[in-house]
Amino acid sequence: MSFSKKSATPYLLVSPYLIFFATFVAFPVIFSFVLTFHKWNIISPMEFTGLTNFLRLIQDRLFFRSLINTIVFLIIHIPLQIIVALFFAEMLNQKLRLRAFFRAAFFLPVVVSGVVVTILWQQLYGFDTGLLNRIIVTLGLKKVGWLVEPAMAMPSIAFMATWKNVGLYIVLFLVGLQTVPPQYYEAAELEGANHWQKFRFITLPAINPTIFMVVILSTIGGFSLFIEPYILTGGGPLNSTLSTVLYIYKQGFFYYHMGYAATLGIVFAVIILLVVVIQRKLLEKD
Amino acid sequence: MKRVLLYIILIFGALLFMYPFIWMVSATLAPESEIGKLVLLPSKLILSSYSQVFDKIPIGRAFFNSLFVTLSITTGVLVFGSMVGYSLSRLHFIGRIAIFYIIIFTMTLPFQITLIPQYILMVKFGWVDTYWALIVPYLMNAFAIIMFRQHFMSIPQDLIDAARIDGCNELQILFRILWPNSIPALVTVAIITFMTSWNEVLWPLIVIRAEKLMTMPQLVTLFVVGGRAESQLGVKLAAATLLALPIVIAYVFFQRYFIQSMASTGLKE
Repeated sequence: MSFSKKSATPYLLVSPYLIFFATFVAFPVIFSFVLTFHKWNIISPMEFTGLTNFLRLIQDRLFFRSLINTIVFLIIHIPLQIIVALFFAEMLNQKLRLRAFFRAAFFLPVVVSGVVVTILWQQLYGFDTGLLNRIIVTLGLKKVGWLVEPAMAMPSIAFMATWKNVGLYIVLFLVGLQTVPPQYYEAAELEGANHWQKFRFITLPAINPTIFMVVILSTIGGFSLFIEPYILTGGGPLNSTLSTVLYIYKQGFFYYHMGYAATLGIVFAVIILLVVVIQRKLLEKD
Repeated sequence: MKRVLLYIILIFGALLFMYPFIWMVSATLAPESEIGKLVLLPSKLILSSYSQVFDKIPIGRAFFNSLFVTLSITTGVLVFGSMVGYSLSRLHFIGRIAIFYIIIFTMTLPFQITLIPQYILMVKFGWVDTYWALIVPYLMNAFAIIMFRQHFMSIPQDLIDAARIDGCNELQILFRILWPNSIPALVTVAIITFMTSWNEVLWPLIVIRAEKLMTMPQLVTLFVVGGRAESQLGVKLAAATLLALPIVIAYVFFQRYFIQSMASTGLKE
């Protein structure tokens, strides 16, 4: 390696990224911390307020409500996602005609914008005219308040998100399942293993990394929830679908509480990182 | 018998994911009074839902905005991402390891922490209500850099040495030698970047207020939420259909690449 001659070139190649990093990552992170000690609406001068923002945050019912909403979302979304994805992946993991077609069909909602999916499901979830309630009424049952009932609204969003994302996980589980040589199952059958034993001792170890990934990616996705409640409910009814990002958005761009919104952002980011680290620790043990 | 059951389940599954979209398209073509019925084919096909969308919002302009923004971002991510990825994988310089760890760090950083200060930056730059705000903060990303770095490491060093002896400089090596040998990585990064920026909506909602600069997902969202669609389901769904159309067309032609690209990003985690 001719260090002396070409030593400038690598720096030229990476310099755009370094400028980018300094401007759009490093500066915002540092400035975020500065903002947490201030009250500011961008227009008037910044006002130093010490720890006021943090004191306000620990008493902020809406912030904690938004965290609970996220937990409700994740508790439904993650297991449902794993079960449905695994089910269809198992179905696809055989000699099939039209396998590519089925895979592409399951994957379709993944590529379509969340805005489209949300507008579509808004109509499906409609109380009087929605498709789901029409089916339910046809079956002779009582209408469900998918988005109008506080206890039902967040689960409804979680179903919708599962429907949108599950195609990706079907494909990922399928990749995992295909790493298992068919001889393993044949050998296990000869030994007299039942369905559960085959699943527990052959399938599960093969797809464990995928489950791990589904949990992490769904968690990050759940913490980023924004456009779905923004379009469907605006955070209601009774704040039952207020996601933390929606709350930060409202504080920042509705009330222009920049200092407080930045504080919410930092605390929330720390919570996200903690949850992901804990999940990693717990899942890696298995 | 077991095979039949398997196909029934799979067809049911395919309908579960496709039927709502089919229903959506048929609803946009139906007279308003017939929407919401379980039947698929309306009594007559009409385009008034679409013409109302075109009358009420500048959806054509929004399509152009989205296309311009998305193509600019994708180009930037490919060019800058491969430049940095090349330096990190094939060149030796002081600080290389540090830069690598910086990039890994940005991958783990939740966007919620930078949202507010990035907006303030846009205000201070005077970029609110400009294309700059939509494009520049997305021109580079850690995922693309890592992707290119991994891929370039698998290319034989002999190829690069030969090009260097022929007198190529580093940029020529990158674009004339490495790019043609990295089509799968380029396609993956391009598809992922195109899709995520086409579908991005939170950031445009924050930095764009002028209707003529809005991206398609943003305009459609505000149209539906803001009440201008009134309570006409057909019109809302027509706007959603127009928004879905470009990606769905791309998906129909390149579905294998879409699925492979998305799956490979998942597996990299």
